[in-house]
Amino acid sequence: MPDGAAPILDVRGLNTVFRTRGGEIHAVNSVSFTLRPGELLGVVGESGSGKSVTMMSLIGLLPSPPAEVRAGQVMLGDRDLLKISPRELQDVRGAKVGFVFQDPMTSLNPVFTIGSQIMEPLMRHMGLSKAQAVERAAELLALVGIPDAKKRLKAYPHQFSGGMRQRVMIAIALACDPDVLIADEPTTALDVTIQAQIIELVKDLRQKLGMAIIWITHDLGVIAGIADRVMVMYGGQVVEQAPVAELFARPRHPYTRALLQTIPSLTGGRAARLQVIEGQPPIMTAAPVACAFRSRCAHRFDRCDVENPARRAVDGRPVGTGHDVACHWTPEAADA
Amino acid sequence: MRDATPRALVQVRDLKMHFPIYAGLLRRRAGEVKAVDGISFDIMAGETLGLVGESGCGKSTVGRALLRLYTPTAGSVVIDGEDVATLSPEALRKKRPTMQMVFQDPQASLNPRMTLAAIIGEPLDEHTDWSGDQKLARVHELMDQVGLNRQFASRYPHEFSGGQRQRIGIARALALNPKFIVCDEPIAALDVSIQAQVVNLLEDLQDRLGLTYLFISHDLSMVRHIADRVAVMYLGQIAELSPRDDLYARPLHPYAQALLSAVPEPDPTREATRQRIILQGDVPSPANPPQGCNFCTRCPRVFDRCRIDEPRLAEVETGRFVACHLYTDTKTAGGPTAAPEAIEPTNKEHDT
Repeated sequence: MPDGAAPILDVRGLNTVFRTRGGEIHAVNSVSFTLRPGELLGVVGESGSGKSVTMMSLIGLLPSPPAEVRAGQVMLGDRDLLKISPRELQDVRGAKVGFVFQDPMTSLNPVFTIGSQIMEPLMRHMGLSKAQAVERAAELLALVGIPDAKKRLKAYPHQFSGGMRQRVMIAIALACDPDVLIADEPTTALDVTIQAQIIELVKDLRQKLGMAIIWITHDLGVIAGIADRVMVMYGGQVVEQAPVAELFARPRHPYTRALLQTIPSLTGGRAARLQVIEGQPPIMTAAPVACAFRSRCAHRFDRCDVENPARRAVDGRPVGTGHDVACHWTPEAADA
Repeated sequence: MRDATPRALVQVRDLKMHFPIYAGLLRRRAGEVKAVDGISFDIMAGETLGLVGESGCGKSTVGRALLRLYTPTAGSVVIDGEDVATLSPEALRKKRPTMQMVFQDPQASLNPRMTLAAIIGEPLDEHTDWSGDQKLARVHELMDQVGLNRQFASRYPHEFSGGQRQRIGIARALALNPKFIVCDEPIAALDVSIQAQVVNLLEDLQDRLGLTYLFISHDLSMVRHIADRVAVMYLGQIAELSPRDDLYARPLHPYAQALLSAVPEPDPTREATRQRIILQGDVPSPANPPQGCNFCTRCPRVFDRCRIDEPRLAEVETGRFVACHLYTDTKTAGGPTAAPEAIEPTNKEHDT
């Protein structure tokens, strides 16, 4: 990926809060990241870590109330998506930013044909006529590897298998040639052999179309195979960020390290006992004032209880471009 | 592994579970879904047999048919000397304490209106005539065993996290001192950091209580961790049944090879160089399985005979059972060759 290129998406200090009857939930806390053209950014975290909410906040997909984006700046090109009108945001969604969701059954409308659902953004955003849209929709279906595309436009979602539906979702997301594709757990609902098909497809489409991708997942295996850069989230914050090879070779944050140890491997030595991360992920009822991971952390010390660690660079490059971590502890002290 | 002379606690022979399809105005029987179509295997006492496969392959149906939650269409399931498939209702009720189940979704399998003590103690109400105090003492003992605080006994399931709920389900399964437990995707609904906690608990309990598990899962790396032997299912049949280390080091059946090669690994350098076998298309419908080998529509190494003859599960190496013509019909196929991706052999400490 071009290292010096200006980011296509620049997110700074994003804060999202859910107001519920039981009080506030601080789902996203000061999240900052950039996405460069053509890059694939992997976002990893457990349920409730804020990874999906972050991405949905960016393009105004969260219902408000209860959600409230309290602070931050989301620059897509030269526009701040948090400042523009809902109408302008509609033009951004679909045209500039495509979205693929986890469950391809619930995100396709069961009473419309596949064709009409692919044509909708084409006519809405690109101003194509119906005949042109049919033509383009068939091209898109062929692009995502659905044979006999023209005929399949008349099919309904229930006539497709899970993997095929996810291909359709990808076709819709790519219809208007977006700059950014956000894929939220796109293979989690699929079987491994079908997941492998979809991953191959996305790799292939990246080569052909060159869009930037944000890929949200809880599966470190998927990330290892597909991402250029990885962002690890915990308690609504970015706790570590690094190029993919660097992250897996030299994880810094105790959470990342524990996570990599806890998953059993398919090859190599087989541990007699799995490493565990004791305890539960936190529920963020307030903005963090101390480290969110401290109650489960093996390296906790006094400072962790009083100060929420800020992200700091570990390789001399500015935060967000190289390897950075939000932790007071330094592994060198322990490894030495 | 924990017995000097392994004894088969569970013997399954030619088990079939077909579900009828009714169609038309008169709801006539129009066909059947062959969810499980003739499978045979043994589970040794104290062993964990992993059962893997993709959704719809029939692995959960096997688990349920084994415990007679479904009455099998054909075949026998001998558990600890008795054929569960044909037991009378009364005899079956007496048999239930020996065989229990841990379900996938701890949310759906716990009654939200019952307290923890009532949930864990329900099997005792059903199968013992103990006094309330005796039952509560047993409930407390079970809660200790699975790592739940005794003080929570009067709380309700919604007050617990997913991992804790799964512990409740495990405590309930243990209440009657079973010998055999079917774990149906017990960790699929849990976060990665919680999965390891539950798997370690299941292993501890096995060591302590000498349990025998059928561990149903689609998570191949977790199965490698927990299972002694692994059965790979495809479309209602067993494609391969092998000791764990053999299967992961050198899968024999083309489907097992493809399945293992499709699992992504948390290692970018390995991922970059791995040769994947990408299967084309989708799994055929179990209502209308293909003629011949049921994998012939997607198999990368298919040849003529596969479309005509159905391969039988046969022992092709010591302890390794494969249902594939490549290993029985060496002339036509040009002989079995190694998997495209030879996974390095692992520490070879065979438990059996």
